[in-house]
Amino acid sequence: MTIYAKLFWGFIPAVYGLFGLYSGTALAQNDPQPWQMNFRPAATPVMEDIVEFHNLLLVIEGLIVLFVLGLMVYIVIKFNARSNPKPSKTTHNSFLEVAWTVIPVIILIIIAVPSMKLLFFMDKAPEDQVEMTLKVTGHQWYWSYEYVDEGELSFDSNMIPDEDIDISKGQIRLLEVDNRVVVPADTTIRLLMTAEDVLHNWAMPSFGIKMDTVPGRINETWFRVPKEKIGVYRGQCSELCGVRHGFMPIVVEVVSKQDYARWLVKAKNEFANVVKPVTVAQKQAAIR
Amino acid sequence: MMDTVQAAQDTHDHHDHKPTGWRRWAYSTNHKDIGTMYLCAAVFAAIIGGAASMAIRAELAAPGLQFISDTQFYNVMVTAHGFIMVFFVVMPALIGGFGNWFIPLQVGAPDMAFPRMNNISFWLLAAALVLLLASAFVGGGAGTGWTVYPPLSNSDFHGGPAVDLAILSLHLAGASSILGAINFITTIINMRAPGMTFHKMPLFIWAALITAFLLLLAIPVLAGALTMLLTDRNFGTAFFEPAGGGDPIFWQHLFWFFGHPEVYIMVIPAFGVVSQVVSHFSKKPIFGYLGMAYAMASIGVVGFVVWAHHMFTVGFNVETRAYFVLATMVIAVPTGVKIFSWLATMWGGSIEFKTPMLYAMGFIFLFVVGGVTGITLANAGVDIAFHDTYFVVAHFHYVLSIATIFAIYCGMFYWLPKMSGRMYSEAAGKWQFWITFIGVNVLFFPQHFLGMAGMPRRIPDYPDAYAGWNMVSSVGAAISLVGALLFLWILWRTIVAGEKAPANPWGEEGANTLEWKVDSPAPFHTHDQIPELPDAGVHQPAE
Repeated sequence: MTIYAKLFWGFIPAVYGLFGLYSGTALAQNDPQPWQMNFRPAATPVMEDIVEFHNLLLVIEGLIVLFVLGLMVYIVIKFNARSNPKPSKTTHNSFLEVAWTVIPVIILIIIAVPSMKLLFFMDKAPEDQVEMTLKVTGHQWYWSYEYVDEGELSFDSNMIPDEDIDISKGQIRLLEVDNRVVVPADTTIRLLMTAEDVLHNWAMPSFGIKMDTVPGRINETWFRVPKEKIGVYRGQCSELCGVRHGFMPIVVEVVSKQDYARWLVKAKNEFANVVKPVTVAQKQAAIR
Repeated sequence: MMDTVQAAQDTHDHHDHKPTGWRRWAYSTNHKDIGTMYLCAAVFAAIIGGAASMAIRAELAAPGLQFISDTQFYNVMVTAHGFIMVFFVVMPALIGGFGNWFIPLQVGAPDMAFPRMNNISFWLLAAALVLLLASAFVGGGAGTGWTVYPPLSNSDFHGGPAVDLAILSLHLAGASSILGAINFITTIINMRAPGMTFHKMPLFIWAALITAFLLLLAIPVLAGALTMLLTDRNFGTAFFEPAGGGDPIFWQHLFWFFGHPEVYIMVIPAFGVVSQVVSHFSKKPIFGYLGMAYAMASIGVVGFVVWAHHMFTVGFNVETRAYFVLATMVIAVPTGVKIFSWLATMWGGSIEFKTPMLYAMGFIFLFVVGGVTGITLANAGVDIAFHDTYFVVAHFHYVLSIATIFAIYCGMFYWLPKMSGRMYSEAAGKWQFWITFIGVNVLFFPQHFLGMAGMPRRIPDYPDAYAGWNMVSSVGAAISLVGALLFLWILWRTIVAGEKAPANPWGEEGANTLEWKVDSPAPFHTHDQIPELPDAGVHQPAE
């Protein structure tokens, strides 16, 4: 294809997107939507709090922007050279100067209080509430998961390439993996994260989770999805990790506890003989 | 000693006695010529950095990989765009260009304190640009992002010489900035006209002084970090290598300890330019002058203790994050003082809406838009939702790409008559402003929505649902490109065919700095005699 043809055809999906038609797949409400302007639906208490706090911020910040815009419009109308040929020489007003220092401080305090509450709430699940631990490892360019409470259960999760995407199964281009992480609903799950090679970032927008996976470190976070929010959740690697950074999605399937128990039996079978992923050292040896 | 002084005075006796041909530029020790070279370098780099951004927006105009099939090349474009715009466009234009041109003119000094060091500052920057461009053509290029985070940037994952060349380029650019900063500080502290106390300096001089101190304190930290990365890559050290007892997060601390002051290094000179323009076109002295000066100073100081808000997802303990949230939000207070003082300066004024003033007002409004999203991002709790998404891209382009580039356009239109001696076409200038204003907003505002929906940064292809806003954003990029090309055309037309400009084309009433007391174009040598401070020009401190 010539570049012009590419240019032309490249815009077709975007034009379809205008009408929300593109992608062929029927999008679930948890998936990103065409022309979306807001967060995806919250699936965890943490994300609900993030949304609520962000709504507060949005109102405060919107009012600040409108206030400044209003002042500027007034200035343009009132103090242009034609309307006001004689400029004033006022350069001080102690009351105003104190006001525009103190009022922002008060606004910041109003923001800081819920901000701190949210921050401390989302940090870690209390030790006695953790019901399950899942270890996530970032690799160039896929994720692997270990169910540390379930013995040897671990597997890799690779993106399904564009040509193998089956839209009839509800698969979404760039957001579908061969092995989804399956987790039970109504369960407080601790995530332990690390990386094998470079920095990656395990991000799950609907859960309010975004955590770097760092070689040599183990980071911790948590989530709990109520059973009303059972479904499939999608995220993408969120730290530049090399040439296929855009192609290592994360798909979490939240199921009922009963379904999870059934899945565990099946998965332990299926992944029993999976070869462990190659390490960096092995990769380098292979290159040399 | 006397003889040399005498000889120096003899050679400088005649106005406009200067070397000719390439020697005038290559060997230049004249602050105006060096300033001009900095501005030319910035325009040249902006064309390359702009081309990189257009490549990025063309690729992202639609889902799929249409123009850039090699995703390493995409990462190289992202990296090059960041480096070039930060180190070779914004800094050279605002600091090297306007700083060199107008610090001596505004403080009433004949030249910079160290004219020869000024020359080497510029040529180090030119060499740095060559090295950076070279890095894109060897060993697959540096696809690390401008943050150069290891381990991606170490020799296991970027094996070729590309990252080494980029590191050396930043070293040279850093050395250039440090020398420039020393020059600025010395000139401003020692060579002000009699009577111009610190509290009477124009705000642009305040801004330049504060910026120079930030450079002097921040760049050495970057230099140290870069050296460690260089030895990690080439000599087997393990500063950032966990297997050898190092830590990749250590790099992020060092990088952002430089990187956060760096954003103020870019924006404080913009504050200075905008302050001059707002005061001049409102025909009023700056409102709350001392508050303005100390607001910049406090932004500079607090800017050094907030760096880890770029790192909220690395896995800090919660108390550390809480500290960085609160410290970061404190910066909103002096920033608010600046915004409201500009508005109060305009209030009661008799404002001429010439192109520089339009850009100054555009700067103020869009800096507020970018500033409030900064408050959002400062809160580590919600930052989890936004970190590394297009929301962040929108935020920092509002404050850097839009606001500081607006300040550069603003300063160019404001000072072009002084620098070139010719007037630009006011109608063309206004068209250029409105095209750019619409373009950048169409370009960056939809990226807030993409970020909220969860689209990550630095990806060459995206899920189809993000197609709509990405297409709008790319259309905005095309409009902004028209604005940039129109600017180049205006620049060219002004220089070759503009009308002759008077010494002060903007009116005496608001002019309170010394550069408007000299001819246009400013003669090769100015302030040979100690200038008298214009009465209107003395910013009165609060009494």
